[in-house]
Amino acid sequence: MSLNKIFRNTLLVISASILLSACAVKTTGKMQGDVYTGKDTVEYLASGVPDRVFFATNETVLTTASRETLRKQASWLRKNSKINVVLEGHADERGTREYNLALGERRANAAKDYLMTYGISGNRISVISYGKERPVDSGSNPLAWSKNRRSVTVKAN
Amino acid sequence: MKKIIFLTYVCLFVLNWGKAWSLIEVDITRGNLNPLPLAVSPLSVDQNSKEKFKDLLKIEDIGAEISKVVENNLRQSGLFNPLDPKAFLQKPDIAHVKPRFEDWALIKAQALITGEVKIVDEKLRVEFRLWDVLAGKEIMALAFNTVSENWRRVGHIITDKVYQRLTGEKGYFDTRIIYVAEEGLKTSRIKKLAIMDQDGFNTKYLTLGNELVLTPRFNPTNQMVTYLSYFKNLPRVYLLDIETGIQEVVGDFPGMTFAPRFSPDGKKIIMSFAKDGNSDIYTMDLESREVEKITNHPSIDTSPSYSPDGKYICFNSDRSGYQQIYVMRSDGSKVKRISFGNGLYGTPVWSPRGDLIAFTKLHKGKFYIGVMRTDGTGERLLTENYYQEAPSWSPNGRVLIFYRETKSDSAGKGFSAKLWSIDLTGYNERMVKTETDASDPSWSSLLTD
Repeated sequence: MSLNKIFRNTLLVISASILLSACAVKTTGKMQGDVYTGKDTVEYLASGVPDRVFFATNETVLTTASRETLRKQASWLRKNSKINVVLEGHADERGTREYNLALGERRANAAKDYLMTYGISGNRISVISYGKERPVDSGSNPLAWSKNRRSVTVKAN
Repeated sequence: MKKIIFLTYVCLFVLNWGKAWSLIEVDITRGNLNPLPLAVSPLSVDQNSKEKFKDLLKIEDIGAEISKVVENNLRQSGLFNPLDPKAFLQKPDIAHVKPRFEDWALIKAQALITGEVKIVDEKLRVEFRLWDVLAGKEIMALAFNTVSENWRRVGHIITDKVYQRLTGEKGYFDTRIIYVAEEGLKTSRIKKLAIMDQDGFNTKYLTLGNELVLTPRFNPTNQMVTYLSYFKNLPRVYLLDIETGIQEVVGDFPGMTFAPRFSPDGKKIIMSFAKDGNSDIYTMDLESREVEKITNHPSIDTSPSYSPDGKYICFNSDRSGYQQIYVMRSDGSKVKRISFGNGLYGTPVWSPRGDLIAFTKLHKGKFYIGVMRTDGTGERLLTENYYQEAPSWSPNGRVLIFYRETKSDSAGKGFSAKLWSIDLTGYNERMVKTETDASDPSWSSLLTD
């Protein structure tokens, strides 16, 4: 992780927390703010280990829930040291194609960085961005978009 | 393409510059609410040639078919109003030799196109004339020969010549569009590279749909295409030779490369390379294979597009916190933000005339296609919709083509992706006909100049 990047991530976390404290985050059904919190599309790598984390619009910051999910993934990966994973980063359909490819890559890398801070070697993790090309929910509504803004951890072997 | 048209200008004589010229003139700098009424008389064909073309091309009346191509092009341009051939009083062969201008004036035609098709040495020979009905004079005459399979292109070339004569600017009809043909469910869309004539005919598919392909763009000579392919699940920028079908990866990058375009001289590809969550802009020289890093910033830098003189690059970056448009010198120096309006800005693309940058804008849940000057002033939004993006300029810089998607429910019902075009004036918005759903259009340059 480059210095630049640490700096950027810190900034993002700080700005996100300012945002969070500034406005009371509305929880409506399966979303907190506009981050998906439901389980509809979630699959499991092992019992109790969800395969995906969700993001706010245009954001790459990991939420508290996302960090919890990734810690579970990290502990599962530590126990299963022969398993490698691919992190698939995705964006919703409300953005331009090329920017969304970059955004998906950044989201998957946010998850990768977090797994690495919990002791998973970068060699075991590869990253791919699908941008907005592979939504899980075809709906044109905020709930569907929230399900699609995600990084999914997939077994590579 | 192998079938490069073999064009021989047998004669090119333009008569009566001056007075007659000033009578019919079409102003394309403003939205044209009164398109110029003109008559496209069916090209006349002698019986012998007609029979031969019927054998060769399975077309009943080649002359009428070429005229239809011209007529359709002129109508689509929004600047001309081709009159219904049923109202024509004079026979095509006679009109071509000596039009009875009173007859054409009677049906309110201000200009008249006539012509003649023949078969000469197994080739198609077309002669056409453009007449100023009010002045009663011929203002252009041209003839050319080509292989008969190219008959639609003859129609496009005639349109380009007429457009240029009447508007004073080059046309955009003898051109192609490369795009991504789409089918299947929204969640597992199958995408193929496709190429077609500007008017939607002669569609050819260049890939089979086995892997995801995105954002194809022509090189300046229209022989090569650069695009993003997920071949072997590794998203990389590829180069495709349209004629030979040979594809190759551009450069040896340890991660995703995307958003490619050619430099105006065709010698370089400019693109984004994403690594460790950071996308920067790079160029690769196609001959020396030398790679150069152009931007160096921890933000997302993507969608680069050169100015036509190659001296500047506009691109998309979120270094300010949100997607905005920036301009820099082509070596990466002097980066300057140019978009300052409300909302997010993406997909900047420099006009072939050099004076404007077209873009996609997202504001309050709506998507706009717009243009601004290269210093960011004079922003003009041309069209608003639920979702649309990725404008590409016609070679004369007068028309933009882009794609538009419709809303759908969670099962994907209601979804469609289509190509649309709009004039720089903001008028003449039209859906562009494609065989399948379509996205990511890119306009070629003129195939014959």
